[in-house]
Amino acid sequence: MGPARDSFLFEIVYCHLSKDPSCDSVRYINLSFIPVELNWLSFSLTAFFWIFAFVNAALISVLMLIWGERRLIGKFQARLGPNRWGPLGLFTPIADAIKVMFKEDVEPTLSDKLIYVLAPILMVVPVFMIFPVIPYGAKSFLTNISVGVVFVLAITSINSLSVLMAGWASGNRFAIIGGIRAVAMLLSYEIPMGISAAGVVIIAGSLSLSEVVEAQIIPNAIFQPLGFLVFLVASTAELNRSPFDITEAESELVAGYMTDYSSMKFGLFYLGEFMATIASSAVIVTFYLSGWRGPSFLPIPGEFWFFAKWIGVIAIFIWFRATFPRLRIDQIMSLAWKGLFELSLINILVIALTMAIWPDPTSTQLLFMTGINWVVFLGSVYIFGKILSPNLTGNKIDKRKVIYGLD
Amino acid sequence: MTKELTGNEIKSAINAKFNDLIISVEHDHLVIKNNKEKLLDFFNSLKKENKFNLLSSVTSVDYMSKFVVVYHLTSIDKNESLIIKIPCGESRKEPSIISVTSVWRGAELQEREIYDLMGIYFHDHPNMKRLLLWENFDGHPLRKDFVS
Amino acid sequence: MSTELVTMNIGPIHPSTHGVFRMRVTFDGETIIDAEPIIGYLHRGSEKLAEERTYTQIVTLTDRMDYTASMTNNQAYILSVEKLAGIKPAERGVWLRMIAAELQRIAAHSVAIGFLINDLGAWHTPLLYLLREREKILELFEMMCGARITNSYLRPGGVFMDAPDEFWPSLNRFLDEMPERLNDIENLLTDNEIIVSRTQNVAVLNKEDAINASITGPMLRASGVDWDLRHRNPYDFYDKVSFRRPLGTVGDNNDRYLVRLQEIRESLKIIEQCLDLIEPGPIKPEEVPFLVRPGEGDSYVPIEAPKGELGFYLVSDGGISPFRCHVRAPSLMNLTLLRDMVIGYKIADLFVTFGSVDVNMGEVDR
Repeated sequence: MGPARDSFLFEIVYCHLSKDPSCDSVRYINLSFIPVELNWLSFSLTAFFWIFAFVNAALISVLMLIWGERRLIGKFQARLGPNRWGPLGLFTPIADAIKVMFKEDVEPTLSDKLIYVLAPILMVVPVFMIFPVIPYGAKSFLTNISVGVVFVLAITSINSLSVLMAGWASGNRFAIIGGIRAVAMLLSYEIPMGISAAGVVIIAGSLSLSEVVEAQIIPNAIFQPLGFLVFLVASTAELNRSPFDITEAESELVAGYMTDYSSMKFGLFYLGEFMATIASSAVIVTFYLSGWRGPSFLPIPGEFWFFAKWIGVIAIFIWFRATFPRLRIDQIMSLAWKGLFELSLINILVIALTMAIWPDPTSTQLLFMTGINWVVFLGSVYIFGKILSPNLTGNKIDKRKVIYGLD
Repeated sequence: MTKELTGNEIKSAINAKFNDLIISVEHDHLVIKNNKEKLLDFFNSLKKENKFNLLSSVTSVDYMSKFVVVYHLTSIDKNESLIIKIPCGESRKEPSIISVTSVWRGAELQEREIYDLMGIYFHDHPNMKRLLLWENFDGHPLRKDFVS
Repeated sequence: MSTELVTMNIGPIHPSTHGVFRMRVTFDGETIIDAEPIIGYLHRGSEKLAEERTYTQIVTLTDRMDYTASMTNNQAYILSVEKLAGIKPAERGVWLRMIAAELQRIAAHSVAIGFLINDLGAWHTPLLYLLREREKILELFEMMCGARITNSYLRPGGVFMDAPDEFWPSLNRFLDEMPERLNDIENLLTDNEIIVSRTQNVAVLNKEDAINASITGPMLRASGVDWDLRHRNPYDFYDKVSFRRPLGTVGDNNDRYLVRLQEIRESLKIIEQCLDLIEPGPIKPEEVPFLVRPGEGDSYVPIEAPKGELGFYLVSDGGISPFRCHVRAPSLMNLTLLRDMVIGYKIADLFVTFGSVDVNMGEVDR
């Protein structure tokens, strides 16, 4: 079967097509019709099938997320949310999509036409590439590339280029400010994100996402809380979501880099942004929440655990958005460089030291290492939160109360 | 309760050297000459010596025979208020008066509004241009002889 | 490295200019070098219109000035007319308009705080919480006078109709619920790390500058000046109720937020006292004619509107409509120092500062 040997998703389609003898003929009803000599055809058909399936699944999940975000934020904001079109307003995103498609497609006179068109495409396409490498279950993944962690981090950083292109090409001052902010912010947050991901790699001893999941006897969120915190904050920033949404900053820059975009070009940005949220949540689940692993005594498939955690992480992002006001650009930059960068370094240092002492930990040693990590986590978060963070805000802050006029 | 000074009380409160500026003493306000040289000194002394630090409002009225600029001043420290009226532009041609922006910054936008709508020019104003209407609007709408 | 300044027109159509306000802002990167407010996009010539309407008709014009605080606009205008025409208002009418004015203050401050937090980038959550409370007040107004925003409730001598019986239990329920809602808002916002770090020591306005620039209202009190016309120059029956005046200590955006929030609590107390003191009786003296015809003269009665000192300078020539009607608009005067307050801060601070000044373009342009 070649390179995707362990992939159940690959096997189930491939073995229905090909007469490959390595397929377990007992497990599958023998419908296969393509001879082994035409193996390339089976491979291609399998690939096309899964590309089609994944792209559509991603698009539908975006629609679900748009609906879910609106419903959930509606609940947060003491209102109903969408409820008119379809049961519980489920068809609202479809109506939205149709509306966006039929809007007039405007191209500003001052825009750089080629880049203007390319930017939204570059926003969406890379995000699709994350889904195939995520292990949704023990064997449910499309491909298990050996450098999965690096691949995911590399792919998620492409969108900063897209944002800069969009901001530049629009020829609009709101857009260019949004684009410049995006580059400054996204590049800065790449670094703590990468370093905290290194902590995950050290534990797993491998860059493969499947092995990252398998190595998490204790979920990394509990085992290395500091890394989890840094990664969560940094991915919120990478996603341009509140409180780091300065690139589109509705109340400041109208819509930031996509001010001048309309119709389906705007739709693609919208799509890309929501899909990135879904993809990043999947990455967080894989890296820190032990992916498809669940309580092993329950007869529930790993895919279920993965999807449950996935929805949970997405809900956390929506919660952030409903709660936090926006940070200012200088505060965001100093948080990245003076806060998260150091925290991620501390995390990787502690992980590396403990792993050097106990290279092959038993379960008691694992618990002990978790204890050390928690002590470091609480200590450093206290130091950074209480003692150093007043210096990160850019302006003096103090505890404030009003006084009352004397009669 | 803010004490609203009567004309006589205002007259006795202000520095005696400005007595020659007074045209008449009414029951609730003073009428002051539009004297380009001494007016700013007068307002300065009201602010510094008499502690009238809050310029409540500057406005103007077109009485056809003359324009009157009305100043409502308040003293936050003493809780007193007074009214001063300055007639200007008897000939209805280019009425003008000295700007008090250098004394009370709060007059800045109000004086621009008066210039815009009533057409009274304020000398020494840092940014004397129309506030509400557009640059080449013809006429000043709050004048009684304005025809739209 | 050679850099270039960027000049941007922010507004008149922009999500956070609260109407049709325009600023021509020059940036050096993210830092503000210069900001010039340009106004007049909502100028309707109310002062000129007032010269050809009767004194009662002008009440409807005042509604449309600060449309988030129509009741206090009515109040300022009516007080000035009463002084001009020498009308003594009926007691119950005065209590009713005090209740209306304080409810309006709560509503106006709710809007101010909500949009301030929205300018800070919160995704509508605090705004919607506060607008929900404002909605209850608007429903109370609807009971009082049939209108929600443009009330035209007050008339020379009092109000035009008594509050119906079902108004009082609703008002009591509102007074019971509101403190708890305010606690919710405070828990969410006051100690919020992001809000505190975004607003504290930004756009600081000191006492002397604030007074000198004729800045009044919550903005002046946030700078630490104890100047509330309800206390220093009590109009209506404000001398019969007691309330505290919250003052800021620094005069920055955070103080302006805190002062407004605490003023809501004080307004609730005032309404409670009004409910104790109000007695049945006529809402308007019989002898006040529909066509008020004051003698020659002028009058100016400043009141403490939610945005600051609001007063109508009315000149009468003895006719049925004023000879001249000037509005001392607090929103306009509070904008005087906007440029000085934001220079040197970041783009994001511009909108927060503008939100904390709390202007209403209907009142600025009139």
